[in-house]
Amino acid sequence: MTATASDGAFVAFERVQKSYDGENLVVKDLNLSMPKGEFLTMLGPSGSGKTTCLMMLAGFETATHGDILLDGVSINNIPPHKRGIGMVFQNYALFPHMTVAENLSFPLEVRKMGKSDREAKVKRALDMVQMGDFAGRRPAQLSGGQQQRIALSRALVFEPELVLMDEPLGALDKQLRETLQFEITNLAHSLGITTVYVTHDQTEALTMSDRVAVFDDGRIQQLAPPDELYEKPENSFVAQFIGENNTLEGVITEIRGNTCIVKLDNGDIIDAVPVNVSAVGERTKVSIRPERVEFNRERLHEDAHTLKAEVLEFIYMGDIFRTRLRVAGRDDFVVKTRNAPDQERLKPGQTIEIGWLAEDCRALDA
Amino acid sequence: MAEQVLAADGRPLKTSLNRALRRQKLRALMLIAPLLLFILLSFVMPIADMLFRSVENQIVGETLPRTVVELKDWDATSGAEPDAAVFEALARDLSIAVEEKSHTRLGSRLNYELTGISSLFRKTGRSVDEVGEAAQDALEALSPAWAERSAFGGLLGTARWTADLDAWDGEGTAPAFEARPEMAAALPETTRLYTSFANMVGAEGDNPLTEKQWPIVSHVFAQEIVTAETPDGLDAFGQAVFSDVKAAMAATTLDDPKAIFIDVDEDWGSTDVWRTIQTYSPAYTDGYFLNSIDRLKGADGSEARPENEQVYVTLFIRTMIMSFTITVSCIVLGYPIAWLLANLPARKANLLMILVLLPFWTSLLVRTSAWKVLLQQQGVINDILVWIGLVADDNRLQLINNQTGTIIAMTHILLPFMILPLYSVMKTIPPTYLRAAKSLGATNWTAFWRVYFPQSIPGIGAGSILAFILSIGYYITPEIVGGTKGVFISNRIAYHISTSLNWGLAAALGAILLAIVMLFYYAYDKIVGIDNVKLGG
Ligand SMILES: Nc1ncnc2c1ncn2[C@@H]1O[C@H](COP(=O)(O)OP(=O)(O)OP(=O)(O)O)[C@@H](O)[C@H]1O
Ligand SMILES: [Mg+2]
Repeated sequence: MTATASDGAFVAFERVQKSYDGENLVVKDLNLSMPKGEFLTMLGPSGSGKTTCLMMLAGFETATHGDILLDGVSINNIPPHKRGIGMVFQNYALFPHMTVAENLSFPLEVRKMGKSDREAKVKRALDMVQMGDFAGRRPAQLSGGQQQRIALSRALVFEPELVLMDEPLGALDKQLRETLQFEITNLAHSLGITTVYVTHDQTEALTMSDRVAVFDDGRIQQLAPPDELYEKPENSFVAQFIGENNTLEGVITEIRGNTCIVKLDNGDIIDAVPVNVSAVGERTKVSIRPERVEFNRERLHEDAHTLKAEVLEFIYMGDIFRTRLRVAGRDDFVVKTRNAPDQERLKPGQTIEIGWLAEDCRALDA
Repeated sequence: MAEQVLAADGRPLKTSLNRALRRQKLRALMLIAPLLLFILLSFVMPIADMLFRSVENQIVGETLPRTVVELKDWDATSGAEPDAAVFEALARDLSIAVEEKSHTRLGSRLNYELTGISSLFRKTGRSVDEVGEAAQDALEALSPAWAERSAFGGLLGTARWTADLDAWDGEGTAPAFEARPEMAAALPETTRLYTSFANMVGAEGDNPLTEKQWPIVSHVFAQEIVTAETPDGLDAFGQAVFSDVKAAMAATTLDDPKAIFIDVDEDWGSTDVWRTIQTYSPAYTDGYFLNSIDRLKGADGSEARPENEQVYVTLFIRTMIMSFTITVSCIVLGYPIAWLLANLPARKANLLMILVLLPFWTSLLVRTSAWKVLLQQQGVINDILVWIGLVADDNRLQLINNQTGTIIAMTHILLPFMILPLYSVMKTIPPTYLRAAKSLGATNWTAFWRVYFPQSIPGIGAGSILAFILSIGYYITPEIVGGTKGVFISNRIAYHISTSLNWGLAAALGAILLAIVMLFYYAYDKIVGIDNVKLGG
């Protein structure tokens, strides 16, 4: 066996490929390793292969190529029921003909656990999700949020070390989703479970995870902790997919260490950090987060490049102001400012000068 | 008290709502009216008629009204035949029945209960006009006027009726008989019999005054005149009747119906015939139902039929056991196919579905006959078994004309009725349940048995009800491949409807079958719950 980066990891995908029809690769060369206890989220647009990866891990789909390792052992040939992986499905998949308690007791029964042990564990698992009073109900008699709680506790009741969740909160309303996000992360951390979580809601991914794997086109585009993902996107897909983002297009004119000069298409010059550009003359997409844009000249470096901007729209959003500007020929440039007492409220038609710190402006692939 | 809510036009809201709803309901009713009417005519009414026929028995009382009354007090257990009065009543009833030709129908009806009665009635019918010859001869000896065909008509009928008859042009039916009230009072039974005669002849378009009279009228007249009181205001002929004839008849020895009948057939002297008539004289009877459960109405209450006549209980039980077997075979064979149908990719599933439905597109008769070819001793299946050496050539399996044949052919026919409901239920069970079960640690079998199977039970229920109820009443297939041992109760019902013409018994058997089906349905509802039956998603 050859030594790889995934040595010592709890879950590892090694050069995994998957094709359903023998023509298109749904997952292309997936490499991923997770330490024990990590909460990892797979985030990506629809059809990017997230569920497929999860299903390969759970054993319901087989990888066309490559190895999936669990605790250092290849599980390619282990049937799903022997993998001991807990799973929460998007539509809950609670067995409709069993009560809540019977649903929870099912994984324990198939493990031939004694009756009293079972009852104790079921009770503990239900209390864990504050559903102790619902043991005798049928799934159909529960609300969506309650069903999801039960599904969660059923996936945890047999104490798996790895739990997979495929868009478990997708069908719930915003408020409930936030409560449950909190509960799930709490549980995962307090029980020390390794979790792979799939979602296409980026807020969910950012708030819950230790690390986020951004999927697109069957590949992981970036695998990083949430703050890094947000502040240091490694390519323009990630920059655009995560959070709100302003993009300006131009050509690299000069690279100096970890800064570079970009000449925008309308001739303006700005500073940026070169991320995945390597040569002068290369086209680039420059990404700046709306809340990092500054129009108060005094707060900028004196030698920072600035751009002229015209205010198009001012939107009052309560905690923040959102201002839409015309910058370098584009009129979708957004600036977000905090609603602080001394904050200036811009007026449409006003012309201002904007700038930013060079490290907040990332020159990415075009 | 709550104030009444008013609609915009000031009427109470409830009234307005009801009026609006009534129009909707009326429209809905009109939409279903044709179907409702059709079902009423073709389903509800035949069933009601069948239930009625299974207890209806008016033919005895209607054909032999006098006999039934006289026979009421006869004690069947005495061992002696009834007394002369009963025979006298029978002679009168039969005389009318023979003219109506209803005695043969009665004979066939009673023949279901006692073999031989049919021919007894027919034979007696030919000789019943012997009763009354003595009276007629005595009358004619008294006066040649009695030989006239109009003698009784003139005596009993009103002048107006006679005049009407004279004026009648012979078209259509003759004017209805009108009895002279004083004669009807003095000679009631004679008048009644003559009324029957006159109206029956008249209905055939003949003139009662020129037709040959029934001897029974003379016979009854000769008896009644002896004790009759002379009415007032008689003409000369009438007065002669009530003096001379009365005296002459008192001295005449009349025919003895009892002697005549027993002479025609000694069975009239046996208590069996009389007991049968007595037992079946009420307008409604439980006799058909008793017959359906292999019992008969004995001298005191019901008793079991002789061993060799017991068929129906065995048949009912056999029908039930075989239907159950067929249903179980359908489940066993149909379940995997339904599962495949629900889980294969659409293209393959469609092809399979066509194969499942194929039997529906072939005539039932063709399919059943095909089984005949396949299953017979020199048939394809036996040939193959012999060829691969499973059975010896001189010991070929008996696969047809017995219960095996019926079960095989019926299972084949009813299989789609099991597969389709199963399929439509399975189609609604998402595959995630099986995945969830496996992720929770269940083996394939446990996942199926604990998670998938319970959810498919409504489909099994629906399919079983369909298959069981269809098979319990099936007729054609058992008839063709069942031989004698593999037939169902419905074959017996069909036999009684089309061959033995004992519709009452057929109706009783059918009613019992209906009750059994309803019982099963009820039990099923109690145990499984009819809400759990799903024919589709
Ligand atoms: N059973 C299957 N057979 C054939 N193709 C499939 C199958 N399942 C998924 N695919 C294809 O694989 C690709 C990835 O699907 P997958 O379900 O993994 O996406 P996803 O990232 O989970 O999307 P979503 O966010 O919508 O759930 C899609 O293009 C899909 O059409
Ligand atoms: Mg998915």
